[in-house]
Amino acid sequence: MSEVVVVDYGAGNTHSVRAALTRLGRTSFVSSDREALLGAERVILPGVGSARSAMQHLHETGAAKALHERFKSGGSMLGICLGMQLALETTEEDDGVFGLGLLTGHVKRLTSGRVPRLGWAMVEPWDEAYYFAHSYAGESPYTVATSEGVSVAVQYGPFFGVQFHPEKSGEAGLNILEQCLSLA
Amino acid sequence: MPLPRLIPCLDVAHGRVMKGVSFVGLRDVGDPVELATFYSAGGADELVFLDIAATPDDSDTMTSVVVKVAEVLDIPFTVGGGVRSVEDASRIIESGADRVSFNSAALANPQLITAIADRYGSQAVVVAIDAGGGVVHTHGGRVATTTKVIPWAIEAAERGAGEILLTSIFHDGQRKGFDLELTAQVRGEISIPVIASGGAGNARHVAEALRITDAALVASIVHENPAGLPGLRRELEELGIHLRPAGERV
Repeated sequence: MSEVVVVDYGAGNTHSVRAALTRLGRTSFVSSDREALLGAERVILPGVGSARSAMQHLHETGAAKALHERFKSGGSMLGICLGMQLALETTEEDDGVFGLGLLTGHVKRLTSGRVPRLGWAMVEPWDEAYYFAHSYAGESPYTVATSEGVSVAVQYGPFFGVQFHPEKSGEAGLNILEQCLSLA
Repeated sequence: MPLPRLIPCLDVAHGRVMKGVSFVGLRDVGDPVELATFYSAGGADELVFLDIAATPDDSDTMTSVVVKVAEVLDIPFTVGGGVRSVEDASRIIESGADRVSFNSAALANPQLITAIADRYGSQAVVVAIDAGGGVVHTHGGRVATTTKVIPWAIEAAERGAGEILLTSIFHDGQRKGFDLELTAQVRGEISIPVIASGGAGNARHVAEALRITDAALVASIVHENPAGLPGLRRELEELGIHLRPAGERV
């Protein structure tokens, strides 16, 4: 089975994603190296840290450029939570930050219900509950799934992104993680 | 609103689960990793680990528990106890915990809430409030402060807390139900979610709490019979509380 590269944001918890990959029988390593990001069969942008520091780190390490190259050449990528948000054009988080802009869309602060939006919630049309922990959400024409009116999954070209945490969503989460990794 | 959450709490000291009376059907009694897996399989929505013996020189023990739990657990977990600085929070989160919870350190240094939230996001910050007689208590409920509960909850939320873990110290361990009035009052004043804690004796008590708030912490009722967690979930369903659909794996 091919190795999965988990993109390094410079700080934060990548254990959970890597542990989930191990449960799926996949090996993984954390890197922001251009060669690794371009050569990997699978790349995951995890959901840790704050938008500004994550983007800063992606630019400083050259990972942002490498991810653009990968996207243009059709290399698949999975974004989780913040990783999905950063693939869009802009986010309101941290007083406004430019994302990678791989796909059209903007990330806005949640305005209804309790914020942060914490806990398990049903996702349509997949009819499964997944675990969410977020204060911001994307708005994108490439939305493929929603939860309580919030865009929670996007797909455009080789990029697939989910707002919830598949690595923290029990069996349903592992199933969708496996499906995402098998895409494209 | 996301679905209500049922959260077993495990008290850990020196790397072992301390509470819990008879762990039916478990081999390694009191091992946090094994219990965590068991509760997760039984349908827990999240777990909380409280390091009740937290001392600075013992932090490595808890860190290694966090690492091991993160390897096996496929639901989120919060770690509390011994969080006194951003470095403590970093150590716990970067070892694999999803969230940290703290009480005394937040009171002593409210800026700590903001500092951790800035680094890891509000969703990673749980401010624990031990409430009794309208004021916040510290040291496991033994020491009353002069800080009033409601203004403190409001301040914690404003400073970046992502959730309040609200324990009524007079209800804790009594098993006569949660302090619903206090929970509703606090929740009514803030816009972040609130976990009710202290007093769960049966499914009806948990249902009462989950009708008015976002999550309920349970300890003795699940520790006395860990295999009964799926049954508790079913009882809650019958009482009209819809938790996440979780296949039982035990």
